[in-house]
Amino acid sequence: MFYREAGQYKTSYKADSAIFPILQDRIAIWFYLAVAFIAVPLFGSEFFINSMMIPFLIFSLAAIGLNILTGYTGQISLGSGAFMGVGAYSTYKLVTIFPDMNVILAILLSGFFAAFIGMIFGLPSLRIKGFYLVVTTLAAQFFLEWAFIRIPWLYNYNDSGAIEVPNRRVFDIVVSGSEASATTRYLVVLSIVVGLTWVASNLIHGRIGRSWMMIRDMDIAAELIGVRPLVAKLSVFAVSSFYCGVAGAMMVFLWLGAAEVESFDVNQSFLILFMVILGGLGSLIGSFMGAGFIWMLPIVIRAIPKILGLDINASTVEHINFMIVGALILVFLIVEPHGLARIWAIAKQKLRVWPFPY
Amino acid sequence: MFKKLTTGAVAVALAASVQISSVSAGESLYIPQLSYRTGPFAGGGTPIANGFGDYLAMLNARDGGIGGVPIVSDECETGYNSQKGVECYEATKGKGALVYNPYSTGITLQLIPKAPVDKIPVFSMGYGLSAAAIGEKFPWTFNYPATYWDQLSSIIKFIDSQDGGIKGKKVGFIYLDVGYGKEPIPLLDQLSKEMGFKVVKIPVGVKEMQSQGSQWLKVRKERPDWMIMWGWGSMNPTAIKEAAKIRYPMDHFIGNWWSGADVDLRPAGAAGKGYRSANMAASGTDFPALQDVLKYVVDKGKSQVKDRSQVGTVLYNRGLYNAVAVAEAIRTAQKLTGKKVITGADMRLGLENLDLSAARLKEIGLPNFALPIKASCKNHGSGGAIFMQQWDGKKWVKTSDGITPMTDRVRAALEKAADKYVAGKPDWVTQKCGG
Repeated sequence: MFYREAGQYKTSYKADSAIFPILQDRIAIWFYLAVAFIAVPLFGSEFFINSMMIPFLIFSLAAIGLNILTGYTGQISLGSGAFMGVGAYSTYKLVTIFPDMNVILAILLSGFFAAFIGMIFGLPSLRIKGFYLVVTTLAAQFFLEWAFIRIPWLYNYNDSGAIEVPNRRVFDIVVSGSEASATTRYLVVLSIVVGLTWVASNLIHGRIGRSWMMIRDMDIAAELIGVRPLVAKLSVFAVSSFYCGVAGAMMVFLWLGAAEVESFDVNQSFLILFMVILGGLGSLIGSFMGAGFIWMLPIVIRAIPKILGLDINASTVEHINFMIVGALILVFLIVEPHGLARIWAIAKQKLRVWPFPY
Repeated sequence: MFKKLTTGAVAVALAASVQISSVSAGESLYIPQLSYRTGPFAGGGTPIANGFGDYLAMLNARDGGIGGVPIVSDECETGYNSQKGVECYEATKGKGALVYNPYSTGITLQLIPKAPVDKIPVFSMGYGLSAAAIGEKFPWTFNYPATYWDQLSSIIKFIDSQDGGIKGKKVGFIYLDVGYGKEPIPLLDQLSKEMGFKVVKIPVGVKEMQSQGSQWLKVRKERPDWMIMWGWGSMNPTAIKEAAKIRYPMDHFIGNWWSGADVDLRPAGAAGKGYRSANMAASGTDFPALQDVLKYVVDKGKSQVKDRSQVGTVLYNRGLYNAVAVAEAIRTAQKLTGKKVITGADMRLGLENLDLSAARLKEIGLPNFALPIKASCKNHGSGGAIFMQQWDGKKWVKTSDGITPMTDRVRAALEKAADKYVAGKPDWVTQKCGG
């Protein structure tokens, strides 16, 4: 009914292998993009843009990064928080060493630093997998946290040990720092996230992505049919860390404005891992859904008592919040262990054949 | 379905944000309260939030607010987490917030650059960025009565007055390994060179707060003559218990004012006898204003404290003292501007011209509760004296008069740090101070 495909003929191989084969999906994507690029900046309040949309997009990008590694290649990592930190600290160094540098360029460049560090810590994945790899990525997490505290050069010898974002202009518009308007920062974040999601989608559906998935499904078989594990595994660590690094740089430069090392601790890694698991392993749309669920839901729950006019203590709301979100995570994972993306896929399938059961 | 869900979620979110911004108070003074009653530091955050909220509630109940205008204050839970703190800031700043008291150095650092843009001052009372005390460079930030650097210099001064001076002694510095704990280190290094004592630095990571075996092994090996602690949360009771275990002389162990609360010493009990700490506000309830808090707020069940015994503890009174300073700054701003309902910019003026003298403290029912504060355009926080308190096994006893910091040394160091902060920020808003 809603997804009636009758009359949509595919006349070429290209059309048949398209990422969105159904017309309604293509329309929906354009609709979402229009909402994100036009409606949100026009009608969203500052709080909505700054505290909901910007973090949501940034966490989505980090979740995509981890999803590429964990969902598509089967390498579990607990170091994503630290790789975000690498991106943030290298952007900070870049913009303070080269004050005239375009800050958006610096954010994208910092991804390469994160990719390099990620590749180094990805080396053990050539020999070990599963839980053992979790342990080595955890080691990366703790080592990098240590480095962010113990190497004062990284934060320019600030007494506070924190990195602060200077105001920086791109084409005479303040893009980063406290003077940048929420809308500007939102549009920059949105453009980067949309662009990098498009790149990720192309990577995944291409030759490289296929080799990653082969490694995930059976690495020996993949090797036998010509996938080089060294290249595939190191490339996935590089790409994943690149995404996390860019997300971390955006988190500090386009959202928070200053950061201490605690912003990149192991809890951050867990948060992103939960987003990936809850959203759905091996799904790009799932990364967005997971990030939206984990970041937006608590804010909405927090706002509910005020809307209803109830006078509840802030701390009580926070406790209730923990319980509701925790319970919902459990419910979702029991109902559908493959995450929100799978629920969405099932729903879509049902809509396609509705009103018939199959 | 997905489309519906998202549009639904967006609609709810938009409704929520619209709702939040429309509740702005009309004829009132809005003071958002960033508190943390959850998370690993809730033990310290809860009494502070109680003291802060109860004093404002008392002013509303007894006097009908400040200058006849009622105070509206609601809490936003940060969990001591910087990201949530920023979220709280964004959620409340549109409602006409007068001042922010972040109660976390991490959140303070995030808010400092936002303050001049949104024209809402940040008041980090006795914590936060030390350099923010330089009023010329940080017009929108206040941290009196004293910065961490003042406090450290006072503690060093106290040590210097004991046992024949500090020269040639060894001082152990045990600190929480985050921005807060590292804050005083530059000055400590400088003073050690100038005054001729040795420093042993002992960091305690957030994950090691409750298992400090290796740190105290180091103390046993190094045998420092004095120990100074810059701790918070569960680090404090653990350190005191460990010190007792290795029989470190307790009266040579000094905490800063975040390492000297009732909750820190109660677990150690008698074993912690003799431990000293710095403080800025008296404990106990023997003050008319605190009796009013009990009468108008706590006994009426309007407070979040569970029973009367929680009123008057060290951290409760510190939160209350913070509220006193805010209330007095509002009064000052009302007097200066002639307006009853003030804005964030007026509040900045009030904070800058705050004169909380001993006489004024007596007038508001808090005689000898704290040492006087006098702010100025140049000085937003440095120079306040501290006093020492000592644990007698059951409660805190005030043991010294005000110890003034080494203002000349501290001020120079603060100015250097402020210049460093501002350097490389061409758009930074500064102010000129006449005279």
